[in-house]
Amino acid sequence: MFTFCADPKSIEGLQWLGCYLTSGKHLDFYMSFLTVLALLAITAPSALLFGFGGATAARSHFLPLRLFGKIYIAMVRGVPDIIFFLFFVIALDQMIEYVKFLAVCPPGTPSPWQGLEFRVCPEAKVPLSASSAGWHDAYGFLLAVITFAIVFGAFAANVLYGAMQAVPHAQLETAEAYGMSHGQVFRRVLIPQMWVYALPGLSNLWMILIKATPLLFLLGVEDIVYYARELGGLKTQAYEYPHGDWRLYYFLFLMVFYLCMTRVSEIGLGRLARRLSRGQATAAGEALRRAAA
Amino acid sequence: MTCWETIQAYGLRSLGIGEKLLPRKDFTLCQEFTLIGSGLIWNIYFGVLALSAGFFLANALALAKASRSPWTRKPAEWFIFVFRGSPLFIQFFLAYEALVMLPRAGIDVFGITIATAWTTKAWAGALFVLFLNTAAYSAEIFYGALRSIPKGDLEAAEAYGLSGWSKFIRIEWPTMLRLAWPAYTNEAIFLFHATTLVFFSGFPAFAQMGDALYYANYFADKTFNPFIPYPIVGFYFILLTLLLTWIFGLVNRRLNRHLPQNLRARIRLRPQLVR
Repeated sequence: MFTFCADPKSIEGLQWLGCYLTSGKHLDFYMSFLTVLALLAITAPSALLFGFGGATAARSHFLPLRLFGKIYIAMVRGVPDIIFFLFFVIALDQMIEYVKFLAVCPPGTPSPWQGLEFRVCPEAKVPLSASSAGWHDAYGFLLAVITFAIVFGAFAANVLYGAMQAVPHAQLETAEAYGMSHGQVFRRVLIPQMWVYALPGLSNLWMILIKATPLLFLLGVEDIVYYARELGGLKTQAYEYPHGDWRLYYFLFLMVFYLCMTRVSEIGLGRLARRLSRGQATAAGEALRRAAA
Repeated sequence: MTCWETIQAYGLRSLGIGEKLLPRKDFTLCQEFTLIGSGLIWNIYFGVLALSAGFFLANALALAKASRSPWTRKPAEWFIFVFRGSPLFIQFFLAYEALVMLPRAGIDVFGITIATAWTTKAWAGALFVLFLNTAAYSAEIFYGALRSIPKGDLEAAEAYGLSGWSKFIRIEWPTMLRLAWPAYTNEAIFLFHATTLVFFSGFPAFAQMGDALYYANYFADKTFNPFIPYPIVGFYFILLTLLLTWIFGLVNRRLNRHLPQNLRARIRLRPQLVR
C-alpha cells in the first residue's frame, strides 16, 4: 500500500506494523467485517418477513396453513440451531441442483443420488464450474443468508405469534363490532399494536443474531473467523511478514468487536423501547408518564 | 454385521472403546443411530458437569452483582457482560488459542511441575468455557429473580426477627430459586444445545472421538445425504430436551409446593438460539 512497504524484511517497528496491517490479506480481513454486517443487514428484515409469514400462517383459519405455521414455529425448539445451519446449507444446495438437473440435463441421465455421491451433469452445476470464484463466493453467501433467514424466521415467528396473542382481545372484538372484516382488523388494529409486545423478544433475537454471525465460518463463507485463523497462524520466514502464533490476539480483537456490537445494540434498543412505550398503557409507559410529570 | 453387533462395536466409540475404524461405506441406519447416540455421551458429559458447577458460580455472581460495594459489583457485571455479550463460538476459539500458548513442558510452581497439555483437550478446555458461559447466563437470571423478590416477603422476614444470613438462606435464596427456575430450565436446555458447538470450534476431536453432531457431520460428509444423520441428531436432542424438562419440572414442583395451585410458576420452553 505504501511505497516503503516494497521490502518488508528491511523495515521494523511501527513502520513494519503499518505495512503489516495494510497488506492485501489484511484488507480482505477488514472487508470480511462488511460481510458480517451485510449478513446482518439482509438477514434481519428477511427473518422478520419469514417470521411474519409464519406467525400469520399459524393464526390462519385454514387448517393445512395453520399446521404449517405451527410446525415451522415448533421446528427450532428442542433441536440445536447449529444442526439446522449445517443441514439447510447442504439440503438447499442439493435441492437447487436437483431442480436444475430436472430442467437442463439430457433425458436418461441417472438420478443424482448415486451411493455415496451427489452428482449432477456438468450443465446443472450451480454455479457452473467454469464461472469465476466471485460467483462461487456469492452463491455460498446467498445459501448462508437463506439458511439464517429460515432459522431466525422461525424464532421471529414465535415472538410475533406471542405478540399477536398479547394484543387485548377486546380490541379485536370491538373492531369487528364496528363492522370491519378479518383483513381490516388484522391490518388496522392487530398489526399496529403488536410491536410494543414484540419488541422485547425481537431485541433479544437481534442480540442472538449478532452472536450467531461467526457461524458463517461453519457454512464455508470466508468470514472474520476464517481470516482470523488464516492471518493469526504461525508465519515462517518464507512469508513476507513472518511472525509467531498470533491467533490469540486476532480472536481477542474479534471478541472486542462483538462486545462493542452488543453494547451499541443494547443502548440503541433501550432507546427504541422507551420511544415505543411512550403513551402506551403498559408499566413502562406509566413510568415514563410519571417521570415527565 | 447385525445391528446388535454394530451396537457392541460402536456403542461406546466416542469414548474410544470398541471398533477403531469408523464405517467407511455401506452405511446402515443402525450404524448412524448407534454412532450418533454414542456421541451424545459427550453432550451429556459437557452439559451435566458445566451446569452443576456453573450453578454455584452463578449464585455467587448474582449476589456479587446485587451487592452495594462497587468492588464486588463491577467485576461481576463485567464478567457477565463479557460472557453474555460475545458469541460462545468465539469464546471457544479464544480459550483454545490461549490454552495452546501455555508452555508445553508444564509450569514450575515451587519446584512442582504442573502439566498443561491436558487443558487443550476438549474434555477440559471446552468444559471450562461452557462452565464460565453458563455461570454468566444463569447469574443474570438469578440476579433478575433476586431483584423481583416481593418486598412484602422481606418485610415479613424482618418482622419475624430474621436478618443477615438466616434471612438470606431461609427467605431470599429459596424465593430467588423459585422465581428463576422457569428461566433457568430454558438456560439448561440451551446449554445442552450449545454443547454441539464444541467440536466445531477450535477444540479438535482426537482419534475421531466426538459428540453427536460430529458424527452426524461425518455421515453427511461421507454420504452427501444430509437428510438422514441430521434428523437423527434432532431426534436425540428432542428426547434430551423432554428428559430435562421433566427433571427440572420435578424440582419446580418442589420449589412451589407451598403455594396454592393457581399461583405456581409453570415452565414454558422459550427458544434461545446460539449463545
